[in-house]
Amino acid sequence: MHEASLAGGILQLVEDAARREGFRRVTQLRLQAGQLAGVEPRALRFALEALSPGTCLQDACFEIEEPPGEAWCLPCGQTVAIAQRGEACPHCGHYQLQPTGGTELKVLDMLVED
Amino acid sequence: MCVVCGCAETGEGRENKAGHAQAHAHGHEHDHGPEAASHVQVDAQHGDLHFGSGAARVSVPGMSQARAIKLETDILGENNRHARQNRAHFEGHGVTALNLVSSPGSGKTTLLCATIEALKRRRPRLSVSVIEGDQQTTLDADRIRATGAAAVQVNTGKGCHLDAPMVAQAFARLHSHQPHAHHGHEHPHHHHEEPASLLFIENVGNLVCPAVWDLGEAAKVVILSVTEGEDKPLKYPDMFAASTLMLLNKVDLLPHLNFDLQRCIDAARRVNPAIEILQVSATSGAGMEAWLNWLEQVMGVPAALAAESREASLSRRVAELEAQLAEMLEARAKPQPN
Repeated sequence: MHEASLAGGILQLVEDAARREGFRRVTQLRLQAGQLAGVEPRALRFALEALSPGTCLQDACFEIEEPPGEAWCLPCGQTVAIAQRGEACPHCGHYQLQPTGGTELKVLDMLVED
Repeated sequence: MCVVCGCAETGEGRENKAGHAQAHAHGHEHDHGPEAASHVQVDAQHGDLHFGSGAARVSVPGMSQARAIKLETDILGENNRHARQNRAHFEGHGVTALNLVSSPGSGKTTLLCATIEALKRRRPRLSVSVIEGDQQTTLDADRIRATGAAAVQVNTGKGCHLDAPMVAQAFARLHSHQPHAHHGHEHPHHHHEEPASLLFIENVGNLVCPAVWDLGEAAKVVILSVTEGEDKPLKYPDMFAASTLMLLNKVDLLPHLNFDLQRCIDAARRVNPAIEILQVSATSGAGMEAWLNWLEQVMGVPAALAAESREASLSRRVAELEAQLAEMLEARAKPQPN
């Protein structure tokens, strides 16, 4: 449910940018929510769509990239792919993994109209 | 398709390009047809062209009225900025702040009351205060205040977690009630006249959302009671991954339950190999000694804890780079197949 708060944070970032850059409407917003970021992209999209009417995000198209989860495996000494926390290393089966990728939670860019 | 204005390019447009080039400020070579042009309004009767009719009221050659803006901004950046301020503020006041997280009903508040009572006996001069997060009611803060500790209730309404600005406001309120409070100062200088104190932030009962929000705490402590499932660390990995310590609470009930303690510990270590684990019971007092020792250790060395994790991440990075280097050298040593 924290996706609703995150959507509020995103709207605030976009409104700050609107004041700074002088635009009125966002047609496309590109976000990044990594597989290990603790965010459900579907819930985030729903929250953004629920929040957008009457704001500069109204009718905007939301694109959410999901960078894949990556972790450093201590026993293997290499970076491996994991889809979620608590998964074993696909090579050695151990759990001594430190996530190194897929933790991003960002607003990347947007297309705007004046 | 024209990448500037987004209209579709057609074969026949190329043949009469001289005619439309005039009509388009960005001057590319294809035909849009009058109605397709996004920032030129064409008078239907006379064919007059109105360039300034877009929202910007101006037409700039080579530039469409739609534009791209790069942000590359962390969505949690604003919260994290407040969290950093809180951290500096806590340090400046000699406060060790702990963020207590769990699902509802794990016994957080009971454990907290028992901890405060035990600390009163062990270190009577230690100041302990509490920020209580819930959706509504002041029941929990009332329970804490009954122990004599200062407490502020933060009700989030529909919110599922505390955020850093809420904690900042609550802390300001707590602090202004303390007899030794000094305000109007600059951060982050240290107040030597202030004795070390402990701040417990009891987050909203929720094993999901609070994992994402940094409050400026020295550490997150996750509380899991043995009346819950032993596989909770696997079901809610983010919270256990974000925590420094797991308190297994209500261990006095173990004889009556089918709870596999070792499986639970293994599950927690799977999602967080470095997590510390203590078994406690707020009602019987079992394990409270070890918990208080842990608290004293964190209070003594909040900076050392952070330094340790920095060191760990640096050594990981070094190992990573060494592995990459080894790979490169290996690749270079191999004869190139032709």
